[in-house]
Amino acid sequence: MADYIWLIPVFPAVGFLINAFLGRKMPKAAVSWVACLALFASFVVSAIIFLEFLKLPAEARVFEKDIFDWIVAGEFAAKVGFRIDSLSIIMCLVVTGVGFLIHVYSAGYMHDDEGFARYFTYLNLFVFMMLTLVTANNLLLMFVGWEGVGLCSYLLIGFWYKKDSASNAGKKAFIVNRIGDFGFLLGMFMLVTTLGSQGVWTLNYAELQANAHLLTTATATIITLFFFIGATGKSAQIPLYVWLPDAMEGPTPVSSLIHAATMVTAGVYMIARLNFFYIMAPVTMEIVMIIGLLTALFAATIGCTQYDIKRVLAYSTVSQLGYMFVGVGAGAYAAGIFHLMTHAFFKGLLFLAAGSVMHAMSGELDMRKMGGLRKKIPVTFWTFLVGCIAIAGVPPFSGFFSKDEILWKAFANSGGNLYIWIIGAITAGLTAFYMFRMLFNTFFGQSRASEDVKHHIHESPKVMTVPLVVLAILSVVGGWVGIPQLLGGANRIEQWFEPVFGHEKEVAAPTINFITNAFASGGAEGHAASAEGSLMIAAIIVALVGIFVAYYLYIRHPDLPVRFVRSFPGIFSTVYNKYYVDELYDAIFVRGLFALGRFCKRVVDEILIDGTINGVAYLLGGIGSILRRVQAGYVQGYAFGMIIGAIFVLGYLIIRVVL
Amino acid sequence: MLQAVPHSLYFALSAALFTIGAIGVITRRNAIIVFMCIELMLNGANLAFIAAGNMIGSIDGMVFVFFIMTVAAAEAAIGLAIFVLIFRLKGTINVDEINLLRG
Repeated sequence: MADYIWLIPVFPAVGFLINAFLGRKMPKAAVSWVACLALFASFVVSAIIFLEFLKLPAEARVFEKDIFDWIVAGEFAAKVGFRIDSLSIIMCLVVTGVGFLIHVYSAGYMHDDEGFARYFTYLNLFVFMMLTLVTANNLLLMFVGWEGVGLCSYLLIGFWYKKDSASNAGKKAFIVNRIGDFGFLLGMFMLVTTLGSQGVWTLNYAELQANAHLLTTATATIITLFFFIGATGKSAQIPLYVWLPDAMEGPTPVSSLIHAATMVTAGVYMIARLNFFYIMAPVTMEIVMIIGLLTALFAATIGCTQYDIKRVLAYSTVSQLGYMFVGVGAGAYAAGIFHLMTHAFFKGLLFLAAGSVMHAMSGELDMRKMGGLRKKIPVTFWTFLVGCIAIAGVPPFSGFFSKDEILWKAFANSGGNLYIWIIGAITAGLTAFYMFRMLFNTFFGQSRASEDVKHHIHESPKVMTVPLVVLAILSVVGGWVGIPQLLGGANRIEQWFEPVFGHEKEVAAPTINFITNAFASGGAEGHAASAEGSLMIAAIIVALVGIFVAYYLYIRHPDLPVRFVRSFPGIFSTVYNKYYVDELYDAIFVRGLFALGRFCKRVVDEILIDGTINGVAYLLGGIGSILRRVQAGYVQGYAFGMIIGAIFVLGYLIIRVVL
Repeated sequence: MLQAVPHSLYFALSAALFTIGAIGVITRRNAIIVFMCIELMLNGANLAFIAAGNMIGSIDGMVFVFFIMTVAAAEAAIGLAIFVLIFRLKGTINVDEINLLRG
């Protein structure tokens, strides 16, 4: 049964190899067919395993298979092995399913690009690495995938390498990611040495989980913090989020697949995967939640000011990833992964729709130069609208269920901390606002495009619109697997994850003081239910308010935002310029490193190292210039020296014998 | 006959020959005379070998001497050829003026 799980990552690898070696000689259609079929095959295998899982009892839903020993050193052995359980199968389905749709879309979007084969080669390699990351059964193999997706991200951000900004963005992404990966590595080292000193040499998840009790709370806290640093890099959280907005330099489907739907969620997946360590470290959990919350709010405010539609989506992604971290930080792993899944649907959709807008607008990204596109590209408009509603959290679209689940769990698991919920809700309101701001600016009102661009506006071909429609349907229904009990659902997704995350403890009925009065009647059960219900209603209201504000500002009174920008230029430009974080990092880290580099060059290299080497040479030269005088070239001088020497030796020997 | 003369005198003569040769090598300028002085040193050494061999009743000393004489003959042939070439090159075989090896 478990024999064929390794097929999931292998198909894209085969596609990668075919396209890498033969892609340039094959016709474009063949290249895209190979790439898409590879993904589809993986998707089919994942779906078969998923159906197999449904037939099995919950505890038996684990397929694990070791392929071969990879690194053996003493008692430590890292194997190449795969593990499919209820967590990784969901990731596989999302990666291969959304990935397949984006591959199909790419075939249309990239059709006229000269690097067509190269593009699909990278894309297949990326999916291979991503699947390795999620199906690996040990941390080391996960790290291989982790680095591999980072590499592909770099390659694809810098896909149009002739553009300076693209290649710089690629480098930035790679370097910032490396900082995070360093944390991942340190976490792994520490895990191996700590457990190894107690005789457990392993990085296999199941064995780690069985031996998690060997760690003290302090060690677990440090290890999980290291892993969290890795997650902040890959999943673009404060302080390492700066690379993601720049990553929009890549082709739009890449932004959709790598920088929204899959790769950036790797950090969330990793924390969910290591939930048994994180549960041991409440301090880390709190840090994860706070960082997630801050990132969510921070990125959402920036998203409200950007004009580039892809950048708005990028900050929205950072913000939504923050939500996922709030979820896993609150111990609601199922809710975090649930949001990861729904986010993959609607954010993938939004990016693809943005790509379709770009396609129609001859590459224009600035929403100030758009407007009135609703009638001209209706499929893109409707799918974009679905995405916006889903991300804004309006029921019954998918985003509502996952976001609400996170907000509720964060509130409940923190013992009823209302501030967390309020910040989360403000973020949700901002999200609704900036998404609809973008929607209204792009699709409503009068067109502000130049005549030349206007002339060319056209709907994208079928190969691009069909994936949009499929993703739009998923964005609507994707959340229905997690309808909470309160609304008469069964919260299937939470039950599904129970074998991995354990049974989530029943919430101890936190109440909100000012709501308690209103719902004073009823016992503790009633309190919990009423609190959940009232918070849910509040969240919906917040989302609707956000949408209404956007409507009011951008449809009814389009002059108001302009006046606001004029009256508060300081606030606006600070937020518009992303709080000058890039400049701050530039001043502290980049310039700091340059200064260190100059110091190393001038002092360490030129004075210390060059000085030593040149000094030795000068010293020997000096000694030589003194000694060369002895070498006068006169034979008799040498003979004299020899005789004097001989006399000395003889004299010494004679004296020794005599005395 | 040989027995009559004490060995110490042979050694003294050998030492005298060697010293004269050495002084000649250091002080004389003409390369050919320097060369002759080297021969003198070699022969001083030869005499010491013969005397020592005779003193301990061994023919090893004589064997050494034969070898030294062979080497000296070869050396003379090569050395004189070198002098001819140096003379052609520099117009002199005065060792004071030959300092090609100066560092």
